[in-house]
Amino acid sequence: MTDTVIEARDLRRGYTGGFEAVRGISLSVARGEIFALLGTNGAGKTSTVELLEGLAAPSGGQVRVFGLDPLTRRAEVRPRTGVMLQEGGFPSDLSVTETVRMWGGVTTGACPAAEVLELVGLAARSSVRVKQLSGGERRRLDLALALLGRPEVLFLDEPTTGMDPEGRRDTWALVRELRGQGTTVLLTTHYLEEAEELADRLAILHEGELVLCGTPAEVTATRPARIRFTLPAGVPAARLPLGLRAAAFGQRVEIRTARLQQDLGELLGWARESGVELSGLDARSASLEEAFLEIAQNRRSAGGRTDDDTMAGTR
Amino acid sequence: MTTLTPNARRITALGRFELTLLVRNRAALGVALMMPLLMVFVLRSSLSGVEGAAAVGEATLTGGIGMVLLLVVHMNLVSAYVARREELVLKRLRTGEARDLEILAGTALPAACLALGQIAVLAVAGALALDVRMPQNPLLLAAAVLAGLLLLAALSAVTSSFTRTVETAGLTTLPLFLATVLGSGLFAPTDSLPDLAASLCELLPLSGVMTLVRAGWSGGAEGADLLGAGLNALAWIVISVFAVQRWFRWEPRR
Repeated sequence: MTDTVIEARDLRRGYTGGFEAVRGISLSVARGEIFALLGTNGAGKTSTVELLEGLAAPSGGQVRVFGLDPLTRRAEVRPRTGVMLQEGGFPSDLSVTETVRMWGGVTTGACPAAEVLELVGLAARSSVRVKQLSGGERRRLDLALALLGRPEVLFLDEPTTGMDPEGRRDTWALVRELRGQGTTVLLTTHYLEEAEELADRLAILHEGELVLCGTPAEVTATRPARIRFTLPAGVPAARLPLGLRAAAFGQRVEIRTARLQQDLGELLGWARESGVELSGLDARSASLEEAFLEIAQNRRSAGGRTDDDTMAGTR
Repeated sequence: MTTLTPNARRITALGRFELTLLVRNRAALGVALMMPLLMVFVLRSSLSGVEGAAAVGEATLTGGIGMVLLLVVHMNLVSAYVARREELVLKRLRTGEARDLEILAGTALPAACLALGQIAVLAVAGALALDVRMPQNPLLLAAAVLAGLLLLAALSAVTSSFTRTVETAGLTTLPLFLATVLGSGLFAPTDSLPDLAASLCELLPLSGVMTLVRAGWSGGAEGADLLGAGLNALAWIVISVFAVQRWFRWEPRR
């Protein structure tokens, strides 16, 4: 008995015309974990999730959900998974409750419509026709359908896109609550905040490849922290201790470091001894957003273009 | 273990809500309810060339069955499949437990039931009003109607895959409608055509089904004719089911 509920090995997905959206992805998600796939638009998130959900066959590699192939062992896998597509649809002339009941008719062990609508905060809109719902309300309805069969594994493809901040917070709370009950959640998002808030582990996807995978803390730890300040006039950056990898930009200085505490200490010691005042001093660890943007940027410029001046002097 | 038999509970659940949608779609419901009635009258007047009141009545009623299949099943279903596809309902349904066949069958269920009901009414009330004898071989007639339902559901699914919007369904359903009305003996018996044209007409998708319907109603058809018609129906069912598996579109074109 293994604790891994989703496993992908060297997953590939090519489309007709030769475009390969997924290029050798391997990942595993443990029971009760919230795993986020992050990436810019077109990074291959949806293409990957569709393979994990068993909606399409990979052109290479292997997917296992509960140790089973989600395509060939569909009848056993589907009753235990809930799916929310990035763009799902409902008949526009059915009411919210009717939509949930219809979905209940094709779901094993569906919970009552009223209960699941309460859960996603749509109870007050239950008799409204789907075509009259707002974008955010449609996402809530979609989530209700995904939850209807009390799934062990939940696939959420950009679950909060189009929701207002309140809806987003509600959804986050709900997802956390589900994890508390032992549900495994695999979600994709391009909101870094969402991944940081929710994910136990995350993977950053870029052009069909996993470039980084780990806990949010691990991912940000791979990126340098940053110290910024402005030197007073007449104090050239060349006087800074050599151990600090400083990039000067006139009097403005930026230091990128993997050892924030030591470097900051060294900088402050030097400033006190030399009687230099560092104005606008700012020191911070890398955020997930910086990690993410940097990956996207580095990849984009990997073609050999040299980085701009502010990056000179850094690694 | 995986079972390949469709799950009736899932089909009826989908069919039940598809019926709700049909009832709420006034235009489609109006066409489905009124057009067959209208066409029966048109048929009757156009068939006045056929000799004998009873023969006219029979030809009207068997033609009426063909009309129901075309108007209630084909036209309705093409629109339904296209509408569900464009609303991304088919895509959403495929993420659940329902299998492809169950989704297609569930969507087809209300139109098929409506057609069956209308054919039953046509057979009983029409026979009484038009003074026609009751079907001579009800079993054959029933089998022919069921084969027709299956064939038209499959043909509708195929047609929907090259229909972009619900609005263009009126256009894409026209070829089958015209071919059947003109070539499968709905308005005029194909015997009145030249030999070559008549044998070509026998190859049309609904010709087999319509021959079986007529044989079921009036009885006394030759074995060879029945066999040929049965083979035609079977062949078209096999072709269209294959075409559905191969070409059916579950998502809108991007």
